Parts: sequence; C-alpha cells; structure tokens
Amino acid sequence: MSAALAETSAGQDSWLAAFAARERRLANDCPRWLHGLKRTALARFAELGFPTTRVEEWKYTNLAPLARTVFAPAAYFPHAAPQSPCWVETLGGVVVRTLNGAPVTAAGERRFTIGSLRTAWQQTPELVERHLGRYAAFDRHAFLALNTAFFDDGVLIRIADGAVLDEPLVLVHYLSPYDEAPPASHVRTLVLAGRNSQAGIVEAWTGPDGRLYLANSVTEAVLGEGAVLDYVRLQLEGDQAYHFSALHVHQGRASSLAVHTVLLGGRLTRAEIGAVLAGEGASTALNGLYVARAEQHMDNFTTLDHAQPHSTSVELYKGILDDRSSGVFHGRIIVRPEGQKTDAVQRNKNLLLSRDATINTKPQLEIYADDVRCTHGATVGQVDADAIFYLRSRGVGYRDARRLLTLAFAQEITERINPPMLRERLNAELLARLDATQGGVP
Amino acid sequence: MLEIKNLHAKAGDKLILRGVNLKVRAGEVHAIMGPNGSGKSTLAQVIAGRDLYEVTEGEVLFEGRNLLELSPEERAREGIFLAFQYPVEIPGVSNLYFLRTALNAVRKHRGQEELDVVDFMELVKERVKLLGMNEALLERPVNEGFSGGEKKRNEILQMAVLEPRLAILDETDSGLDIDALKAVAAGINAMRSPERAMVLVTHYQRLLEYVQPDFVHVMADGRIVRSGDRELARELERQGYAWLEQEEALAGEGRT
Repeated sequence: MSAALAETSAGQDSWLAAFAARERRLANDCPRWLHGLKRTALARFAELGFPTTRVEEWKYTNLAPLARTVFAPAAYFPHAAPQSPCWVETLGGVVVRTLNGAPVTAAGERRFTIGSLRTAWQQTPELVERHLGRYAAFDRHAFLALNTAFFDDGVLIRIADGAVLDEPLVLVHYLSPYDEAPPASHVRTLVLAGRNSQAGIVEAWTGPDGRLYLANSVTEAVLGEGAVLDYVRLQLEGDQAYHFSALHVHQGRASSLAVHTVLLGGRLTRAEIGAVLAGEGASTALNGLYVARAEQHMDNFTTLDHAQPHSTSVELYKGILDDRSSGVFHGRIIVRPEGQKTDAVQRNKNLLLSRDATINTKPQLEIYADDVRCTHGATVGQVDADAIFYLRSRGVGYRDARRLLTLAFAQEITERINPPMLRERLNAELLARLDATQGGVP
Repeated sequence: MLEIKNLHAKAGDKLILRGVNLKVRAGEVHAIMGPNGSGKSTLAQVIAGRDLYEVTEGEVLFEGRNLLELSPEERAREGIFLAFQYPVEIPGVSNLYFLRTALNAVRKHRGQEELDVVDFMELVKERVKLLGMNEALLERPVNEGFSGGEKKRNEILQMAVLEPRLAILDETDSGLDIDALKAVAAGINAMRSPERAMVLVTHYQRLLEYVQPDFVHVMADGRIVRSGDRELARELERQGYAWLEQEEALAGEGRT
C-alpha cells in the first residue's frame, strides 16, 4: 500500500472509530429509526469513502488532502457562546445561532418556530421521521452519509400554513475549535414550509481564520403547495476551512423557491443544491456568486429535477476568480417524461481577474420530455479593457475602474438579495476582498 | 493649450501617424477632416492616452506639459476630454453613478470638494435639460441599450458635466439624424468658451454647418496635409477627398 493510500485509509478509519466511540450514546439519545438511519449512513460511508477526481461529479475538486486529515468531532456544548458575533446577526430579523452543529438559541411564535432538531425528534418523532433523510439521499454521497451519521442535533424550522413572515429567519452556524485537533461539525437543518406560506431565510456559516476545520452541512426543505421561500445562503468560513454544504428541496405544487448562494470564505468549498420540482407549476430560481482569491477553490453543483408539467427554473451563477484560485460550475437539469412544458434557463458567467485563475463550467441537460424549452450558456472573460479605458478617460483611476466594473458584475446577483441592508453589506464585503487582492497598473 | 509636434504613432507594427503637427489655442475650435484610415481617430485616441497605440516619435504638449507621460486618468483630470466614436456600454453601472464618480475624481484632483448626491443631481439635471436629453437615461446602465443618438448625446452630457479645457469629439456626428445632430451641435456650441478649446474629428462637413470651426485641417496618410478656414471644409464637401490624395501622392513622389 502506498503512503498516500495508507494516509487516506487512516483518515477514513478515524471516522469509523469516532462513530464507534459514540454508538452507546446514540442508542440512548436517538429513536430507533434514527439510530438505524445513522448506522446505515456510516456503513455507506465506509463503502464509499471520499470521492476521487476519477468520479465525474468530482472531476475538478481534489479531496485527497481532506481525505487524509484526521478530524475530531466538534464538541457539542449547547450553552457556550461563539467567539465573536458574525455581522449577519446585525441585520435584523429573527436570529438563531448554532455552535458546532447544535442550536444555542431558539425562537418562535404562532407563525413559525425555529429550534432544536433533537428536541423535535424527541417530542414529535413522527413528524421528523416523515421528512428527515428523505430528500438528501446519502447512498451515493460520502458527505451526506457522514453528516447523517454524525449530526448530534440540528435545527428545525417550521413555517405554519398560510403564514406570511415579515422578517427573515436568520440562522448563523458558528464553528469554534476547542483544542489542536481539526474539528468537524455536521450541521443538519430541516425546513418545513407550510401551504401558502411566505418566508425568507438567511443562513450563514462562519468560523475562525487560520484554523483547519470541516463544516459539513446538510439542509432538507419541503415546500408545501403554493409556498414561497426566499433563501439566502452565505458561506463566510475561515480561510482554512473545508466547507461542504448541501441543500435538498422538495417543492410542492405551485410553490416558488429562490435560493441565493454567496461563497466568500474557506480554502475548499463544495456547495450543492438539489431541487425536485415535484408539483405541477412549481418554480425555482437559483442565483449564485462565488468570489475566490489566493488558492481558494469553489465548486458549485446544482441539480434541478423537473418532475411535473409546467414548471420553471431560472439559474444564474457568476464567478469572480483572482490570483491562483479555481472555480467549478456544474449545473444539471433533468426533465422527466412527465415534465412537459418545462421552461428552464441556465447561465454561468465568469470573470477571471488573474492569468493563473481557472474555471471549469459544465452544463448537463437530461431531457426526457419533448415539449420543453431548455437553454444554457456559459461565458468566461476578463474585465473589459474598453470599459476600463472609457472610465479612465473620464478621470477614474485604473484600480477604481477595475473594482467598479468587478462590483457591477457581482451586483447582478447581489441586487436580487433581500433585505437591502444585507445586499449593501455584501457589496461592501466584496469590495474589501477585491481591494485586498488587486494588483497595480499593468 | 495643445501643441503637437511631429507625432508618429503605430498600432502593432503598423505606422498610422506619420508626423502630425498641430497647435490649438484656448477658445479655438478646430475641425480635423479626412478620409477613412487617414489617422484622425488614432490622433484623438493618442491624445486621450489609449494604450493600443505606441508613440514612436514627436511630442504632445498640453499647457506646456508633456502629455505623453501622463496616464489616461491624469490627462482627464488635467482637463482633456475625448467624446468616443463608439461609446462603451457598461452593464451594471448606472449612468448617474458613472458621472458622479468621474466628476468627483476630477474635482478631487482640482482640490475641490466632492459633490454630494443632492448638489450633483442639481447640476446634472440642469445639463440634461440644456441638451434636451431624456432624464430616464440617467438611471439606466451606461450606454446599455441606448440608441446611436442617445449614446452621442450621453457623450456630450459627460463633457458638459466634466467641463474640460480641451474637448476632442471623435465622429460625434456620425449616425445621427438631423434632430439629434442639431441637439448635439447645440450642446457643443453651449460649451464653447474663451477658456476652452475643441477639436472636432469628422468625416463629413455636416456638423460644421451647425458648429462653426475657426480652423479646418485635412488629414491624409497620417499627416495634416492642408489647413485653412471653413471654406476648406466646403471645398472638400464639393470635391471629395480624391483630389487631395492625388496631390498628396504627387507631393510624396516629389519628396522621395
């Protein structure tokens, strides 16, 4: 066995050992179905291991360093406070924090509740069993399997039938290392949006710079008939983080989902979204913005599954890549034989700010119905030299011209994000990052 | 104000300007005419600092300073303005934001305070009215989806807001219908002043019916081959450029 293989194997063994160490507690903590689910998930992870770049869906994302790392489960201390509050908390809305995978606060009223998933599986086991693990299928996915095997708690968001929330629900996931070992946290979230409800969720992930850790997050969401959900996902991890997040949504009839994903932090990110448009007339909008610099790697993987007639999806992902960073966009659109009259538009646009930055973009359309409209397109380019000269000829300096044009590129995504305060703050974050990397006049 | 001496410039390996000499004083309006490919637009771009062109010989002085060692933004802040033949579209940046950023960059350089949004709006609205422009264009992204006439008017608006000392208008009359041409000409005339010089680069004499130049120059083959007054423009209109090129060819033979 080669050294690398032996290390990978040690990495994988550590997960199995960590699971074995908590088996007894699991048997006490979890209902039998959940314990069973976790055992199945771990067994599946043991078979799968982390994918290599030989697997088509992971072709451009090298997990070898992650697979070799021995992580320790992030400690579960429900009442500790995070190191310093993330700016997302200052934007208003109903704020709930998690620390190392467990909620430290809860909120609720007549129209919604947001609180501990563990409490929910103890108090309303049927409800949780009906949904948990049903949408995020782990049988072919190592990270989903690990998350399922290892979550100790999580967050349940319930929005009542017909409820219209006037403020966003803000969920901030903190990761706080407690000793030298790189920690792994497995955040699990379940969102149940009732019939004809209207709500906004802002979810953010954050952790310290300079620390190696794994944030492995899985969210399952169910949209009832006619439900409207506006979902902002902000990856604000520390600069050495491995971030994996998956959002799997099951959309009922005439429901409407908008997801806005913004990736800013981390050393290696894989952000997956899967939406099944399972009811007639469902609509989905996926907006994404990934801004990478230094050696950051950001991989976006989306799947839109048009399973019923008259559904609509609009997808726009934009990347800004500087220095030696790399990005991936892989957008799958499936139209089932029942999905007649599907209208799907997918676009991916990339701005390379450095000669050493790379992007791999891959549309994947699988269409099994004949009366559909599916279009896709991808672009890769540099900041427009004509526009730079135009601005300079009006007195705007080179650096200001470049940041203005780069921000304008990003704003096509950020201007869709609500609330407006969040949009402005994000633009400011972007500018700070651009200023930190931009070189001099060529 | 502007003095160009024996200016040579090339794009790649191709020599385009082959010894241009021109002197422009404050308050003067000069027209530079000439056939396509004669180097008129290149001259305009070189003065503005476009890096597609390399100056190989000669000099350009602006208020006695060597212009060629300044960056495009420094030239703009010193008071040089180029109205583009093909104004650039900038998606995602509103026309207003663009104008304010530019104006404040110029004001900062002049040691003036930056204008806040209220004062700026007042200024812009006044200039928009002067040009008979549609105010809705201010909120739209710079030049995006503008008609040809709207783009050219937008260039004149920028000139009116930035108040340069030397304005170079590159084919600002091309592609305009008669109403748009009159509006653009009115904007240019409103900007004429004893402190300001203008250079109109144009293929046709049409604009010069509405904006009366003090001097008319004809470029051919990278040089100014003839200078005169408005009568020269009319002569060109009547006879075309062919006779000039013939003369030029003869003169060229004479030189070799």
